[in-house]
Amino acid sequence: MEKSKKQKANSLTKQRRKRSLVQALGALIINGNWKSFLDGTIYKGNLKHVCLPVLNCYSCPGALGACPIGSLQAVPNSAQFNFSYYVVGLIALFGITMGRWFCGWLCPFGWIQELLHKIPIKKVNPKKKIHQKAIWLKYVLLIIFVIAFPLLTQDRFGMSYPAFCKFICPAGTMEAGIPLLIANPALRQLVGLIFSWKVLLLLITVIGSILIFRFFCKYACPLGAIYGMFNKISFYHMQCSANCIECKRCARVCKMQVEPYKTPNSPECIRCGECIEVCPVNALKLGFIHKTNHDLQETTKATKLDEKPE
Amino acid sequence: MNIFNKKSTYIIRFTLLVLILFMIGYGIMRSEVLIVLQNAINICLDCIGIG
Ligand code: SF4
Ligand code: SF4
Repeated sequence: MEKSKKQKANSLTKQRRKRSLVQALGALIINGNWKSFLDGTIYKGNLKHVCLPVLNCYSCPGALGACPIGSLQAVPNSAQFNFSYYVVGLIALFGITMGRWFCGWLCPFGWIQELLHKIPIKKVNPKKKIHQKAIWLKYVLLIIFVIAFPLLTQDRFGMSYPAFCKFICPAGTMEAGIPLLIANPALRQLVGLIFSWKVLLLLITVIGSILIFRFFCKYACPLGAIYGMFNKISFYHMQCSANCIECKRCARVCKMQVEPYKTPNSPECIRCGECIEVCPVNALKLGFIHKTNHDLQETTKATKLDEKPE
Repeated sequence: MNIFNKKSTYIIRFTLLVLILFMIGYGIMRSEVLIVLQNAINICLDCIGIG
């Protein structure tokens, strides 16, 4: 049965509120060691054996877990190993279960970007052609800075440095660098050229996020790139049934510039669920297991779309 | 082309899941968690931009 316009608007607002609440709670819990923000130290407990499912700097005073991208570089940077089965395994476990759901619902840095985007000034919607090319940047950053650098720049003891953290990551500058430098005078003595470079990148990220929805997530996050590759095969996934009337409302509401009626499991989808709320015929479903007849409908639909000429 | 028909998707998901669990187990056996911990409990000067 078709939903009325009012019903759709209500359920979209409810969905947005629900997600904002989860994001806020997630950010507070993930960075729950609040007292360290005051004394400029970091949490040193056992929880830091485990990587978080989101990009959250482990030198953030509040962080209760390890950053997966930091850890992915740290193990090959150590003298013992060149590859981390543990970190790659954990990231893949998060990816295969939920895909980019973590980006949409839990990542504090993703949430901060969304808050910045709420600043009421004219927004920029990048042209499709430019956007489609720019999304590849995050894969380039992943390959060069996260994977290649730690392996290619090792000294004779097999040790190296975390190039993505050192030269790129604006989350590290915002969540760790700035709070620690404010609270810890000893660290302020060490500030140099690299810090200025990272503050510049953070500024670009902040301005970019005010203008473009999730600017960093779309174009630069290596973790988003990895999770995106899992979206197609993750247990939690989206399906578009043959009920779809191709009205394209889902594509118009999507701030990640996905066309869910064509590619429900696009690597860019952060599983925010907004498209589902606006669909007038409830053709989109997001979940772990869908009904078999729905599966069949999805296959029919996907095949139908695949066959369509551009 | 739709490369994943339903059955193959299920097989890929579960095979990958088993492989992933083995990887995590093997990593823990090699004590990689200690390296993760060591990095996570010391202020990373590189991360904050002063390393
Ligand atoms: S893309 Fe990166 S920064 Fe954005 S939500 Fe995902 S993990 Fe967080
Ligand atoms: S496709 Fe739907 S769930 Fe995915 S990001 Fe766009 S609106 Fe959100």
